[in-house]
Amino acid sequence: MNVALEGEIVRRLKPVFGYLHRNHEKIGENATYLSSMPYTDRLDYFCSMTNNWAYALSVEKLAGIEVPERAEYLRVILAELTRLQNHASLLGFLLNDMGAWGTPLMYAFREREKILDLFESLSGSRMMCDYMRFGGCRCDTPPGWMEYARKLVDAFPRFIEELEKLVVGNEVVIARTQNVGKLSAELAINAGITGPMLRACGVNYDLRKVDGYGFYPRFKFRIPLGEHGDTYDRLMMRVLEMRESVVILKQAFEQIQDGPIMNPKVKIRAFRPPVGEAYGRIEAPKGELGFYLISDGGTNPYRYRVRPPSFINLTVLEDLNLNPHPY
Amino acid sequence: MIGTGILKGMAVTARNFVGSYFEKDRLITVQYPEERSPLPENYRNFPFLPYDGDDPHAGLRCVACKICEKECPPQCIYIVKSEDKKPDYMGKPQFYPKVFDIDISVCMSCQICVEVCPFEAIKMDKVFELSRRERFDALLLRKSDLAKSNEYYHSICPTDAAGVDAKLAGAVAAAAKKKAAAAAATPPGAGSTSAAGGALPTAASA
Repeated sequence: MNVALEGEIVRRLKPVFGYLHRNHEKIGENATYLSSMPYTDRLDYFCSMTNNWAYALSVEKLAGIEVPERAEYLRVILAELTRLQNHASLLGFLLNDMGAWGTPLMYAFREREKILDLFESLSGSRMMCDYMRFGGCRCDTPPGWMEYARKLVDAFPRFIEELEKLVVGNEVVIARTQNVGKLSAELAINAGITGPMLRACGVNYDLRKVDGYGFYPRFKFRIPLGEHGDTYDRLMMRVLEMRESVVILKQAFEQIQDGPIMNPKVKIRAFRPPVGEAYGRIEAPKGELGFYLISDGGTNPYRYRVRPPSFINLTVLEDLNLNPHPY
Repeated sequence: MIGTGILKGMAVTARNFVGSYFEKDRLITVQYPEERSPLPENYRNFPFLPYDGDDPHAGLRCVACKICEKECPPQCIYIVKSEDKKPDYMGKPQFYPKVFDIDISVCMSCQICVEVCPFEAIKMDKVFELSRRERFDALLLRKSDLAKSNEYYHSICPTDAAGVDAKLAGAVAAAAKKKAAAAAATPPGAGSTSAAGGALPTAASA
């Protein structure tokens, strides 16, 4: 970032993107449809499960693949667990950067560790899960997995409450986040901001409700909305969203039934979808994550485009920093 | 009153600090090199080639079809097909890999090779302490490093290994049955090879 500062106040800020460019889209175009799946894990290593889901969803749209019921429920469960650990660690990192040296971050990572243990026993890897496939999921849950997950989700609200206590009334947090980094709803919509950052400005837009992908229409949950669009609202959005995720998870554990996990008609080797194009998008923890695929009938996509949430959310970084400070 | 929020936060940290001595939920880490938490059965790290019996050459299940080489996302597998053939687990002559290298400094343990292999010839290992002092070929595993016995596979993944053994035994039994039926139906010397071939798990043509 090129930043001009006056004390702690930012006068000019130009983010310089591209140092983490990994040629992902070109790799995706040169790899088979299946080979791209593990690469999606690496887009955002905190949320590999939701990345998998977004990619699987767009390939399923492209080839018109049905997903078995149990696999859809598992996807919802894994996506919401991902949301829990992502939001928890996000709060931890925020407090860490504000000077609470590591303590809240370690609490968040402790809870994240339990969720990663679940991912590891299910998929074999803690962060690079590579678990979902077009047409379902790779393997069924090992014995005891669901009970452990249920116990974890039942115990999770205690952690949310503790984290909230650390944050909500804390005078330092309030002084440093309220009315800081304000974002107006108009600018947020115009800049294509999505996810909790958009909802913190009071715009009711959540793809889980708007698109109703997966089995989300089957669950009763609310979309928390912010009012001021400042850093404090964005922070509280995460706390409230974690609460709603717990609500969704509890319903999913009640509704999930035994059954097949993979559509048997899908050919994994040398998978060739019909000619066409598809855009699959999901509400990833950080915003709208979409994959746009154009197929020419071959084993590789002709065009492979990722619509990343964080990259687009960061385009308003300067506006966030330049907005009038309370002091 | 200003400061009460901070005091409440301090109470949370105090509860976590004291709790970490008494509650398993609040202290989940272990002292790594001395203590180790058990690995889940699904844990995966780097592929290996299981072989049946005692001889890594004769028992190797790989037939050098190169599907894994093609599907491998980071392209870390290198296979050279043999010129001659050796009998596979069903006694049918098959090619075998003359060279089978995996550069595990490139491998990302995605297990796609395992998924696409039609012969159950490549499986995921559970090794993870692999740091080396050399920069280049210390992590380039040759066929001899990759071949590990089926007993080893049973010791790391008992459920999966039992399933694979049952599947292979089933294929052998089905092939024997088909061969016997074909021998009974046709005069000796005609058509027996194609009948045995039909029961093999077939490689994808593409």
